[in-house]
Amino acid sequence: MGSDVMGSDALLNPGLPVRVFAWIMLAFLMAPVLIIIPVSFSSAQYLSFPPPGFSLQWYERFLGNKDWLAAIWVSIQVATLSAVLTVIIATLAAIPLVRSDFSRKTLIYGLLLAPMIVPVIITAIALYFIFARIGMGGTVIAIAIGHTIVVMPIAVVVLSATLQGVDSRLENAAMSLGASRFQAFRRVTLPLIAPGIISAGLFAFLTSFDELVIPLFLGGPNAQTLAVRIWNSVMLEIEPTIAAVSTFLIALTVLIMVAANLLKKARRWA
Amino acid sequence: MSHIKDVTGGTPIVLESLWKTYANFVAVSGIDLSVGAGRFCTVLGPSGSGKTTTLMMIAGFVAPTRGRILVSGRDIAALPPQKRNLGVVFQNYALFPHLTVFDNVAFPLIMRRVPQAEIAQRVERMLETVELAGLGGRYPRELSGGQQQRVALARALVFEPRVLLMDEPLGALDKKLRSSLQIELKALQRRLDVTVIYVTHDQEEALTMADQIVVMQGGRIEQNGTPEDLYDRPATAFVAGFMGDTNLVRGVVMAADKDGTLRIDHPTGRRIIARASGFQAGDHVAASLRPECLSIESPDGPEEPENAWDGRIAAVTYLGDAIRYHVAVGENRPTLAETLVVKAARRGTEHRRFSEGDAVRVRWSRSDARVLPPTRADARILPPMQAGGH
Amino acid sequence: MALDVDGQATVRVSEAAAERPPVRKALPGGQLWLLLPALAFLAIFFAYPLFDVVLRSFRDGQGGFTVQNYEAFFSRAIYIRVLLLTIEIAFLTTVFSLIVGYPLAYVLANSGPTVRSFMMLCVMLPFMTSILVRTYGWMVILRPNGVINTVFAGLGLGEIQLIYNRSGLMIGMVYTMLPYMVLTLYSVMRGIDGRFVAVAQSLGAGRWSAFWRIYFPLSMPGVAGGSLLVFILAAGFYITPRLMGGDRDQMLASIIAYQVDVLLNFNFASAIAVILLVITLACFGLYARVVGLKQLLSSKV
Repeated sequence: MGSDVMGSDALLNPGLPVRVFAWIMLAFLMAPVLIIIPVSFSSAQYLSFPPPGFSLQWYERFLGNKDWLAAIWVSIQVATLSAVLTVIIATLAAIPLVRSDFSRKTLIYGLLLAPMIVPVIITAIALYFIFARIGMGGTVIAIAIGHTIVVMPIAVVVLSATLQGVDSRLENAAMSLGASRFQAFRRVTLPLIAPGIISAGLFAFLTSFDELVIPLFLGGPNAQTLAVRIWNSVMLEIEPTIAAVSTFLIALTVLIMVAANLLKKARRWA
Repeated sequence: MSHIKDVTGGTPIVLESLWKTYANFVAVSGIDLSVGAGRFCTVLGPSGSGKTTTLMMIAGFVAPTRGRILVSGRDIAALPPQKRNLGVVFQNYALFPHLTVFDNVAFPLIMRRVPQAEIAQRVERMLETVELAGLGGRYPRELSGGQQQRVALARALVFEPRVLLMDEPLGALDKKLRSSLQIELKALQRRLDVTVIYVTHDQEEALTMADQIVVMQGGRIEQNGTPEDLYDRPATAFVAGFMGDTNLVRGVVMAADKDGTLRIDHPTGRRIIARASGFQAGDHVAASLRPECLSIESPDGPEEPENAWDGRIAAVTYLGDAIRYHVAVGENRPTLAETLVVKAARRGTEHRRFSEGDAVRVRWSRSDARVLPPTRADARILPPMQAGGH
Repeated sequence: MALDVDGQATVRVSEAAAERPPVRKALPGGQLWLLLPALAFLAIFFAYPLFDVVLRSFRDGQGGFTVQNYEAFFSRAIYIRVLLLTIEIAFLTTVFSLIVGYPLAYVLANSGPTVRSFMMLCVMLPFMTSILVRTYGWMVILRPNGVINTVFAGLGLGEIQLIYNRSGLMIGMVYTMLPYMVLTLYSVMRGIDGRFVAVAQSLGAGRWSAFWRIYFPLSMPGVAGGSLLVFILAAGFYITPRLMGGDRDQMLASIIAYQVDVLLNFNFASAIAVILLVITLACFGLYARVVGLKQLLSSKV
């Protein structure tokens, strides 16, 4: 806010020092993500920066290792299961939250969002105790359920906002034209919120794929996710294989962000 | 278009003491209405008058608290919207943005499981009817406001409903487009012989299109009649004020003769002599004086004759074909309540013009003053309790 | 009474209507059952397990009722130290995130569309990337033979310890929480009409004064919402303290994990979890009282 030069069209135009500060902070945000990529292609036998040369040795160690591949497979199963579960439950819940009037609405909304304010570590141990008791600990399903609890509140918020964006008169119009309530939803509302549902699903998938604390407690020898495998490895030593695994995860993140973005633009009618 | 005629031969739409009450608010309080076949009925009223609630009750989106909605003699109050077979055109059209124009219009036919070939045929015919032939492949956002309006109309008519309900369908359009669409809409309604209930807050629109106008205010029907009835013979001061411009002079009946001659005193001490039945001394009334029925002249002589008020010109507005004078008739500074608006047609140069500050006399004949009760909605009554039926 | 235009009287007596069955209830509301899957899922896999944790925290080794778990926590200096440290770290993280995040969010909210989308990408990409990946990136940068120390060595400066201590923890915490703060502030700032500030300036306020008197108060919901979010998340955070903090920088979450994982002391772990939960809920309750919950929901990304 240092500069006094102000264009009439940019009333809140930040001053130069503030802008410089902002760019430095953005560099701070990007730095750890960007640093990993060159390290993963390093030809050195140990972690060094800048890398002395190019090599794919760490990717060979990552993708040539059965344990790493098994961990990816477990993560895919967990993330897919929890994304599907999350999206179905949250979409169904969003409909009455947005479209119906009922007395305890704020309370119900609050309940659905409650997992958001409970630290994940508490949710994780709470589920760990329960699943251990009924012998479900250490399974893919247990982890997926845990992740659904963690992600569902955000999915409910996102899908409620999406549904809010669809004029309820469209559903009324569909019904006045002979559609049942279900048909109105399937033929009018659902296609309109589909991009939001898919985005929420992708987001849920990514969150579950990356999340560590839940599988750390609910996983086991037969259900070790990629995140847990990275954790175990990092706790031992900072080796560049992790850089290769990390680059893989960054690529996955970029891919999902691009997909979500394309989805937004794909609608010809919007 | 093979319009489904009423088997009963009765009226397509009858509302019987229809109520809609919310926890602490009466939206519609016991209205009765019947609309004859092929009629264009406009429900007119300010916002909050209950007109849209009434329409939504007919369409099935708002459940009445009590009362009956009869379509061709059959009570549809318990039917869900999709079983009512009424065409509805919504405010802002509610076109499905993800469907093409063709698919929008085909929607009600698909819902009715009409065979594919017949759908194509009927949709094309309907699009021709509303002059949108060739635009079937477009998406709603690729159309102009007027075109969107026609798609909404086509979609609501393609399944040949008995009744078409319209909720301020032209509200989003500019004035010029509105008036041309009003005429088109009216012509289409005549041609297809469909019964229309049309909600609007625009009295000019109502006068242009309607065979029957229902004026609502505060959840009640103020008046129900032809456009001429409402304009020339308003039942209440509210209707008179709502249908075009008028001077509402409020006062108290001082004397009522047997032959219907009333003497009404205005708080300023001035007097109106008018003829009307059904009033007695002591009644609070409003006399409606249409601006175009008043004449304006120089005050001749000290004595004011009957129905002539002296005052001063407070403002002059040129309307092109006429001149509007605001004449302050009060003792003190001109307030709205003590101002008469006179609309004098201009007849070339021979017409005497007055300017601000001139002393003038405003006159009218006994028959031009319409004496009205203030309004019907002054007393709002709650509906009878649900339980205490018999 | 009403007359239809044909002149036919359609006067109806309202008693007639009273004898008919009441019409069915308002049409919406028939969809309430759609909440059932969500509520059932939460009841079984969230509410019940949490309730179980609370019960456990009052149980002794034999399953009887006791408050000894809490007594053990509050009577040992080391646990008190961890409790205070958790609050301190969460508070410092919140303050630093706000100081750094506010100008960043301001620039983000008030830049042209091209710059803004690029900046947004720089915030979103790290935000969406696994915390483990980002923390690993920091380890590469900060560790003794890492990027910074290599640069320092090149400049002839001595090695500095940036990780596995308090400074490493704070860098990691602020880094991880910054996107939450920025995105919350951003969503509020985007809604602030710049004309308010212009009006203030036209009325004689200087640029700085217009900012403090007009813009900053308008951005308060974002400040409050972002701070709450960051504090709550930071207080319960597990990964970054474990990987970037020293042994003396461990917070409540680490202790809970240690009790469960290593000592298998489930009841004591439950008691600590309940204490952490109470801190979280207290912050939330305070926020709800001061700012109101609607704000929190509307300021969510």
